[in-house]
Amino acid sequence: MSVTNQTQSQAQPPTKNDTILLDVKGLKKYFPIQKGFLRRTVGYVKAVDDISFFVREGETLGVVGESGCGKSTAGRSIIRLYEPTAGQVSFKSQVLGSNGQTKTVNLLDLNAQEMKSVRQEISMIFQDPVNSLNPRMSVSDIIAEPMIIHGMKMGQDTEDIIVSLLERVGLRSDHLRRYPHEFSGGQRQRIGIARALSLNPSLVICDEPVSALDVSIQAQTLNLLQDLQKDFNLAYIFVAHDMSVVEHISDRVAVMYVGKIVEMAETDALFTNPLHPYTEALLSSVPKPDPLYKPHRIMMQGEVADPSNPPSGCYFHPRCRYAQDLCKEKSPEFRQIKHDHWTACHFAGELKLEGI
Amino acid sequence: MSEPLIEIKDLRVEFNVREGIVKAVDGFNLTINRGETVGVIGESGCGKSVTARAILNMVPKPGKVTSGEILYYRRSKENPSDGQSRTTDVLDLTKLDPDGETIRQVRGGEIGMIFQEPMSSLTPVYSVGTLINEAVSLHRLSPVKRVGAQITETIQTHRRVTKAEGRQIAIEMLRKVGIPKPNERVDSYPHQLSGGQRQRVMIAIALSCEPVMLIADEPTTALDVSIEAQILDIMRELQESSDMAILFITHNLGVVANMAHEIVVMYMGKAVERAKVQDLFYQPQHPYTRSLLQSIPKLGQKKSGERLASIAGSVPDPFHLPPGCVFHPRCPAFMPGRCDTITPQWTQVGDDHWASCLLYEEAGK
Repeated sequence: MSVTNQTQSQAQPPTKNDTILLDVKGLKKYFPIQKGFLRRTVGYVKAVDDISFFVREGETLGVVGESGCGKSTAGRSIIRLYEPTAGQVSFKSQVLGSNGQTKTVNLLDLNAQEMKSVRQEISMIFQDPVNSLNPRMSVSDIIAEPMIIHGMKMGQDTEDIIVSLLERVGLRSDHLRRYPHEFSGGQRQRIGIARALSLNPSLVICDEPVSALDVSIQAQTLNLLQDLQKDFNLAYIFVAHDMSVVEHISDRVAVMYVGKIVEMAETDALFTNPLHPYTEALLSSVPKPDPLYKPHRIMMQGEVADPSNPPSGCYFHPRCRYAQDLCKEKSPEFRQIKHDHWTACHFAGELKLEGI
Repeated sequence: MSEPLIEIKDLRVEFNVREGIVKAVDGFNLTINRGETVGVIGESGCGKSVTARAILNMVPKPGKVTSGEILYYRRSKENPSDGQSRTTDVLDLTKLDPDGETIRQVRGGEIGMIFQEPMSSLTPVYSVGTLINEAVSLHRLSPVKRVGAQITETIQTHRRVTKAEGRQIAIEMLRKVGIPKPNERVDSYPHQLSGGQRQRVMIAIALSCEPVMLIADEPTTALDVSIEAQILDIMRELQESSDMAILFITHNLGVVANMAHEIVVMYMGKAVERAKVQDLFYQPQHPYTRSLLQSIPKLGQKKSGERLASIAGSVPDPFHLPPGCVFHPRCPAFMPGRCDTITPQWTQVGDDHWASCLLYEEAGK
C-alpha cells in the first residue's frame, strides 16, 4: 500500500492522502420478497438503492443512519458477503497487481478465486463480539484461521505474528490458549480486531464495532482503532448509528436514509453546516450529555419509510419540514454542492440549516 | 414539595449461583421524592436493573433480597373528596409476599414499569383466550392479543371500570403517547407495530393506571435517536401533567442529562456518587464519575486526532472483588496502601452532593 499513484487526482487540493482506495458507483442491493407456494417474487426491499461514495487510503469514512437504512448492507455488499444487484466497486488491490504495482479492479467482476485473494486486503469487524467468535476455537485458532485459509503454513512465524497482534490490541500472550467465553465483551472485540488485522488489510469495514460495549470499554476500543489506523495506514468504513462516536472517529461522513446516501462531506462540514434536512433533524435529536443544554429539537414526524414501499419523490419528504410539491414528485439527484460536500436535496444550499 | 415516595435503605441483593455468591446490590440507599426524576447510571452488571426490580419485588431467581428495606409511602386513593382522611401508610415492599394481593396492586397499578425491548423477552406460546397472568399483561406485550385488549386488561385489573370504559381509556392513552389513528391501532397486534410504536404502547400500558411512579429501565436503548427523542418528550410531558416520579435507569449519559433532576452513579452494586444533575455533570467528585464523563465522545467538540480518556482495565470479576474500594484497580487517583485496604464511606462533599471515595474522607488523608 506504499505504492501510490498521485496522477489521477491532481485537480483537488491535496489532503493527507489523496489516493482513492475504494470507489463505489451506483451500488444496489435489492432483496426479493417472495410469497406463496412457488416463492414468486412479489416485490423488492431496496436495502441499498444506488449509492456512490469513495474511500481514500488511510482515512475513515463514517456511515450513519437509523436502523434499517441499509448501512450494514452497504458494508457487506462491498466485499460481496451479499451479492450486489448492480453497481461497480473499484478497489486498488495490491495482491492482484504484479511487480509491486497496484491494480484497480472491479470487485463485482472478479471470480471466486480472485475475490478470495482480495479478501486478504479487506476485512471486517462485527458488532456482536459474542456471536462473531466461534466458541469452540481458542484465541490462537481464531486469529490464525484467516491465515490458514489464505495458504500460510502454521509454524513459529505465524505464532509470532499472532502473539504480536494480540499484544498490539492489548491482550497478553498467555491468552492464546483460552476460549472466547473466558473474556469480557471488550476483550472479545479486541480478539475480533486482531483477527481482522491478521492478513494485513488496507481496508477494514467496521459494522457497529462499539455499540455493544459499555462506555468505558467503548473509549478504549475507539482509541485502539485510531492507533491501529496510524500504525498500519488502514482505511476504515465505520458503520454506526451513534452520531457522536462517528463524529469522533471519522474524517468524512455519509448519512443514509432508506437505502440512499442523502449527504456526504468532511466531518466538520457535515456536523456544523449540514445541507440535507434529514442530517439537520438527526443531529438535533441526539441527546447531549449537558444538563444546561436546552435542545432546539426538530421533531421528525412519523417513522422511517418502508424500503419495500418507499414514498414518491424524495424518500424523506413525508417527514421533512421544508417539503414542497416538487419533493413529492421528483427524486433529487445526489450532487456536489461545495467542495467535497455532496447531498441529495432539491433545495440544498437554499435552506438555512442548523448544525451543532 | 419534596415528600418522599420511595426510600431504599441499605438494600442488599445476592445471587447464589454455582460459582459462588454475587452481590448484585451491596448496601444501596436512595430516596425518590414525589414528582421527581432520579437517574441511575452505570455500566452493565452494576446492579441498576436489579435495584429497579427489587422495588417491585420482582428480583429474578436465583436472586434474593438478603437485607435492607424499601419503604413505600402509600397514599390511600379512597375518599378523594375528604382531604382530612387521606392517609399515608408506610409499606416495606421487600417484606411483602411476591404473589400477594398488596404487591399486585402496587405493581402496574401504583408503580408502572417499562423495560428495554418488550418483544425480546417473550415466549410466543400463549394462545388467544389463555388467561395471561398479571405480570405478563403488565410488563410485556403478548404477541397474540390486540394492543387495546392488553391496555384494557391492565386498566380493569387496577381500576374498577367496565370493558367499554377500559377500551375508551386505552384509545385515549394511545393518543397521548402519540400513536397515529388510535381508534384503529387499538385493534392491532404487537407484530404489526414498529419498535418505536411498541415501546409507546408499553408506556401507554404503564401509564394507564396513573401510577405515582414510573420505573423506566433503558426505555430507549433499542430505539433510533429520532424515536428516542419523541419518547423522552412524551415521558416529560406526562410527568409534568401528573406529578409522577420517574426512576430512570440508563447507561446513556446524554439521555439522563436531559431527563433527571438527580443522578446516582452505581459501580459494582454500590452507589459511588449522588448529586443534582448540574453538579454531577459540572462538578463530578468521584473519580469513576469523572472518568465516565470524559470517556464519551461529545458531539460538536471534535478535535482531529484527539484520543478519548478511557478507564483502564475492565469491570472486576464479581466473585473476586478487590479489597478496599472496588474501583481502586482502575482508579486514576489510586492511593496505595489506603484505597486497597479501607472501604470508603458515604460522605457529603457538597450541597446535596454525596460520594464514597477516600479522597473526601479523613481516613484517606
